[in-house]
Amino acid sequence: MTDWLHHLIILPILIPLMVGAAMIPIDERNRMIKGVMGFVSTLVLFVLSMVLMRATASSEGFLAGTSVYQLGNWPAPFGIVLVLDRLSALMLCLTSGLALAAQVYSIARWHTAGHHFHSLFQLLIAGLNGAFLTGDLFNLFVFFEIMLAASYGLLLHGSGPLRVKAGLHYVAINLAASSLFLIGVSLIYGATGTLNMADLAIKLATISPENRQMVEVGAGILGVAFLVKAGMWPLSFWLPTAYSAATPPVAAVFAVLTKVGIYVILRLSLLVFGVNAGVSAGFGQTLLVAGGMLTIAFGAIGVLASQAMARLAAYSVLVSSGTLMAAIGLGHSSMIAGALFYLVSSTLTISAFFLLIELVERGRDAGADVLAVTMEAYGDADEDEEVDEAGAAIPGTMAVLGLCFCLCALLLAGLPPLSGFVAKFAILSGLFGLSGVEPVPALSAADWTYVTLLILSGLSAMIAMNRVGIRTFWASIENTVPRVFVIEIAPVVVLLGACIFLSLQAGPTMRYMQATADSLLNPSGYTERVLTAPRVGGQ
Amino acid sequence: MEIILSAAIGVLTASGVYLLLRPRTYQVIIGLSLLSYAVNLFIFSMGRLRVNAPPILEPGGVGDLSRYTDPVPQALVLTAIVIGFAMTALFLVVLLASRGFTGTDHVDGREQRSD
Repeated sequence: MTDWLHHLIILPILIPLMVGAAMIPIDERNRMIKGVMGFVSTLVLFVLSMVLMRATASSEGFLAGTSVYQLGNWPAPFGIVLVLDRLSALMLCLTSGLALAAQVYSIARWHTAGHHFHSLFQLLIAGLNGAFLTGDLFNLFVFFEIMLAASYGLLLHGSGPLRVKAGLHYVAINLAASSLFLIGVSLIYGATGTLNMADLAIKLATISPENRQMVEVGAGILGVAFLVKAGMWPLSFWLPTAYSAATPPVAAVFAVLTKVGIYVILRLSLLVFGVNAGVSAGFGQTLLVAGGMLTIAFGAIGVLASQAMARLAAYSVLVSSGTLMAAIGLGHSSMIAGALFYLVSSTLTISAFFLLIELVERGRDAGADVLAVTMEAYGDADEDEEVDEAGAAIPGTMAVLGLCFCLCALLLAGLPPLSGFVAKFAILSGLFGLSGVEPVPALSAADWTYVTLLILSGLSAMIAMNRVGIRTFWASIENTVPRVFVIEIAPVVVLLGACIFLSLQAGPTMRYMQATADSLLNPSGYTERVLTAPRVGGQ
Repeated sequence: MEIILSAAIGVLTASGVYLLLRPRTYQVIIGLSLLSYAVNLFIFSMGRLRVNAPPILEPGGVGDLSRYTDPVPQALVLTAIVIGFAMTALFLVVLLASRGFTGTDHVDGREQRSD
């Protein structure tokens, strides 16, 4: 009976792939049909990923914990497998949630800006879901490329010199990174003779020293490819330009693209270079910590220096990536749960912010932001204007937009009572060992630097958001009030609502994250499930 | 044979990286192509170099590892070639769009100021 339930694991890849392909022959004039198809597909995906997450969270029953789907019905090291565990279920859920919001948003306006928006969007989701589900390194490469190819098309959606220039750089950087990915994968294969992540983790424990060196070189090169995607400091200069040039619904989904890099680093560093790795345990952590902290610093400075809101959001992506990288690198097991919470919360926030920016800026001149910051630097020009607007009513649209903006600011800066604060608090309490799960050794200089940077990055987000907010919402209302459709503001409200839900339900959520972290820190459960999974139909 | 192959990979990579860092879009795309050739050869070499060894079993043949070469890198290289080819084609389109918009083939969309 439960046989068909097993196939639920592959559906997050199949549904968007099929829907995306089915949309291609539909004429571009019937955009609404495509939009509705895309909406239904993402809605189904969202429900499905919720079901999968609930199933993995339960302690027993079908799909509990880690489950394996054998493509082609070959057992693990020989055939390619998909693996669903708590972490991948969580990422699926996050992706489909964001995709749903961006999909609804795009139907209002942005999908008319170019061709094949909805097909590319579905293919991007197929690639993302595949990357989260696969248990095989080369298959990861293939899904990465599906995701990247779709993202090139989506970044160029809407065209224009700015997007094409950003797209050119983005494509070049990612093609070079893909080459590194392949070199890393083939080095690992050459040394160990396997591409399956679980098998690799087992083989690494008993490998000869010269081959170990080769695996580590391979893993290092592979890591660079993921860090380019995640936006670690010296590899991240392409990111703000590309993200701020993308159309809003695209940028909102791109917020989760950097998290793919983070996901793979988290997965591989804890699985392959985890506690069972022998001499190689903790490989590359120092670099991850240093790089992560430099990324936070770079991102925070970028946030302060940004004149346009889209750039501010793009630099916030870097801050979020850096925070996660350093948290993974510091390697305190109790921090991982907090970091996962932060991952979800910050991705939702940044996505909502990307969607909000375009709505807010719709009624303003393009140069207004630049002018605002310049004015601040050289003294205010309109100080001596008469202030007789005390009774002027704020238009309803502006009130809603302003409220959403305030929520974004609170979430980005990590102020109570919202989930941004809960997330940072969870990371810090893990670092200081307040949860009492395990005794934490005395804090090192790196730990203290991390704490400082984490708090300072919040401060810089607060300052920057305040400045932009005052200039936008407290400016005299001469500008035309933007015309906003309900289906444009609704996704923003829903995403921010999800953050509020996370803050209210922080307890149960943290328990899920803790269970996820525990299973990541004990990779033997994962490897055992993958390598001993029986074939369908006996034998 | 090892020396020839490694030298080929080395030369391709070096020229690829050099061209990738040049300011003209055409140079960048050729650089990326060379780089992907180098990577393909590299993946191939990771299955170890064997001469006259087929990657598949002959009908009725015995599965003796010493008589066969590793089929996995060959399968990987095939995938990598296809993906690399598609990406180069896509990059070419972006390149042409950029040329159309800016009227120059500089990667930044404008000529460097001469000073």
